[in-house]
Amino acid sequence: MKSLRTCVLGALLLFGAAGAQERGGSIVVTYKDDISTLDPAIGYDWQNFSIIKAMFSGLMDYEPGTAELVPNLATDYTVSDDGKTYTFTLREGVLFHNGRELTAEDVKYSLERTLDPATRSPGQGFYLGIEGAQAFVDGEADAVSGIRVPDPTTVEITLSEPSAPFLHLMALNFSFVVPQEEVERYGEDFGRNPVGTGAFKLREWQLGQRLVIERNPDYFHEGLPHLDEVIYEVGVEPTVALLRLQRGQADILGDGVPPAQFVSLTSNPANEQLIASGSQLQTGYLTLNTNVAPFDNVKVRRAVNMAVNKERVVQLINGRATPATQPLPPLMPGYDDAYTGYAYDPEGAKALLAEAGFPDGFATQLYATNTDPNPRIAQAIQQDLAAVGIDAELRTQAQSTVIAAGGEQGGAPMVWSGGMAWIADYPDPSNFYWPILSCSAATQGGWNWAWYCNEELDAQATAADAMVQPDQAEARVAAWRDIYAQVMDDAPWVPVFNETRYTVHSARLGGPEGAFVDPTHTPVDYEHVYVQ
Amino acid sequence: MLGYLASRLAQTVFVLLGVVTVAFLITNLIPADPARMLAGRQASEETVAGIRSQLGLDKPLYMQYGRYVGGLARGDLGRSYQQRTDIRTLLLSRLPATLQLTAGGIFFELLFGIPLGILAALYAGRALDKVVMVFAFLGVSAPQFALGLILLYVFAYRFALLPLGGYGTPQHLILPALTLAVTGAGWYARVMRGAMIETLQADYIRTGTAKGLARRRVVVKHALRNAVLPVIAMIGLDIGLLMGGVVVVESVFAWPGIGQLAWQAIQVLDIPVIMGTVLLTAFFIVLGNLLADLVYPLVDPRIRYG
Repeated sequence: MKSLRTCVLGALLLFGAAGAQERGGSIVVTYKDDISTLDPAIGYDWQNFSIIKAMFSGLMDYEPGTAELVPNLATDYTVSDDGKTYTFTLREGVLFHNGRELTAEDVKYSLERTLDPATRSPGQGFYLGIEGAQAFVDGEADAVSGIRVPDPTTVEITLSEPSAPFLHLMALNFSFVVPQEEVERYGEDFGRNPVGTGAFKLREWQLGQRLVIERNPDYFHEGLPHLDEVIYEVGVEPTVALLRLQRGQADILGDGVPPAQFVSLTSNPANEQLIASGSQLQTGYLTLNTNVAPFDNVKVRRAVNMAVNKERVVQLINGRATPATQPLPPLMPGYDDAYTGYAYDPEGAKALLAEAGFPDGFATQLYATNTDPNPRIAQAIQQDLAAVGIDAELRTQAQSTVIAAGGEQGGAPMVWSGGMAWIADYPDPSNFYWPILSCSAATQGGWNWAWYCNEELDAQATAADAMVQPDQAEARVAAWRDIYAQVMDDAPWVPVFNETRYTVHSARLGGPEGAFVDPTHTPVDYEHVYVQ
Repeated sequence: MLGYLASRLAQTVFVLLGVVTVAFLITNLIPADPARMLAGRQASEETVAGIRSQLGLDKPLYMQYGRYVGGLARGDLGRSYQQRTDIRTLLLSRLPATLQLTAGGIFFELLFGIPLGILAALYAGRALDKVVMVFAFLGVSAPQFALGLILLYVFAYRFALLPLGGYGTPQHLILPALTLAVTGAGWYARVMRGAMIETLQADYIRTGTAKGLARRRVVVKHALRNAVLPVIAMIGLDIGLLMGGVVVVESVFAWPGIGQLAWQAIQVLDIPVIMGTVLLTAFFIVLGNLLADLVYPLVDPRIRYG
């Protein structure tokens, strides 16, 4: 946390020093793929997320450049003593892009819309902890009993169980507030005709070509945004996008630095001002399927942890990451600075394998996606395993196929997660546990590809998430730190690295340092960047 | 002739139905679940099951197939899983760009292919012929992705003569159309050369030369008119080839066409979009073949359709 605060302070200082935030201007952002949807209940990829955030708002948000929660559409909130009921007071006078004033009913409508099976929201599962949500989803109730609107500026949300990550869910796009009349007007096409309360509103959208969003003059954060408009040009190959940026025809490469150009770009000192780098809430890991022999033996799993040369994998991707010791990335609360993990020790790994009854190693399979650099990383891991006698056959396949194999009990002995997972949905330690390490996720089609299930840990995690009062925050983080230490003891994963994000932007673009690598905005925080 | 046309059109319907069937089977045989791709990683098994049933993916395959073909008969191509937009809207918004690119490609193919072929034929066996044929060979073998990037680098980045990718003005069309045309131009040059050499050896040409006609007149007026016919007949088939080639070229040049749409849909397993693009491409290939067949009798009066 301390390092985080220093970061914030640094960012604030830079922000102050830069000073010359000017109002106005237009920037061009390039993307390879078309933008799939701008419906906040549906968008769930890193590309549409930041655009949705620029156009919609939620009850909560994060302090720019940090992972600290602050009220946004709400001005304030209180938590009941039992930790189950949150009462939000709404900001008054917030207008939707269509001119209508936002009320508490809209908040309720939007949450119920995300829960409604007809919406097919990928975020539905996040909100099932709200009291009565399951009954609503099952069609047994017309409304969610746990969401109440006592007056137009108050929303009360009651949960079935106390849950500390709940406020993060109110900062997640699936809870962003949409106007019912527009959703009903456009139906399935609302995602093409987004109307929200955010800093920017839609101006034009030519499918497959460009999207233009412009300043919302009625935005409730005074003085923001700085920019008049943001133009997204889609279908642009990253290599070509870089040429355009160098020619002054683009300001931000939405897809990041093309791998082939990374070294030449970063090694040129002239580019120093154009490249911002920062940690992401991401861990790349290798899952060891605890249901598949011999990975059901904890000694074998520990041996694999010792066999993988993480430094070399990081070199392989040009140092665009730091070696990982534990599931949580360093920026995440609960990350343990003191924990050193399993050191690279092939001899020790061999000894441990012999102890486990595999002196001559064994044969197994390693799954990975077939997009660069993942096959290369998987090959490096394969060589490391071969060095200790483990013969891993590579299966590099399309992303959807690997995901399906991982979710099949006994389907994939080892999966390299790169290109698929795991970037946090929100900056809370529980987000690396429940969806990918808990018993409830070790199901057919789930994302717990190690099929790791430790009921004792699940109980500890439940207890940690019940610590919802502000004065319990520190104890909760300590509890999570302990949980992850125990996970590493059972070694269902080999945490390999934490990716560093690089954002390339044109020289004329300014903003607080954090705005270009904000952990909750990719590639930038459009609200806070400006043209110099 | 009309009878022939009617029977060919009927065949077309069956060919397209075959394409739909094969594409439907392939996309459904992929061991991945579109519902899960949509549901996201937080989704419970129930959520995924709900999505599956809404999309009709829980029904037996023959029922899904029946529903899709039934929809096609009514002109309904379904909605994109990912974007949720009507497939017809998506395809129609992309079609003009691809048609423009294909037309531009054919224009450049003919512009380069025909003169080079004639030149090679006139100098058959000599140095110039060999140089042209080596270039034609290189053109046929050039990887479009690399070629496109090189053209972009030289003409759009280094010398800034043309835009760096994108769509809209005739200037935007030049580089992608050129890239697309290089392969075809090589083929056209070879076909043109062959036809021209054959024609130049014909008796009536020798007669023309013997009665003292100027070389230029013999070549342009008599030989070319006959030799160019097989090339024209090739254009129909070429439409199909180009429709296949646009995937790469469109992605290099940020050209918002069908190929780009197909490529993006494949990556996220958006089956209705994949089906739509396959169907549209197949339609153009079949149409191109039909045109080629209709042109043949004009080229060679000995061919007649009953």
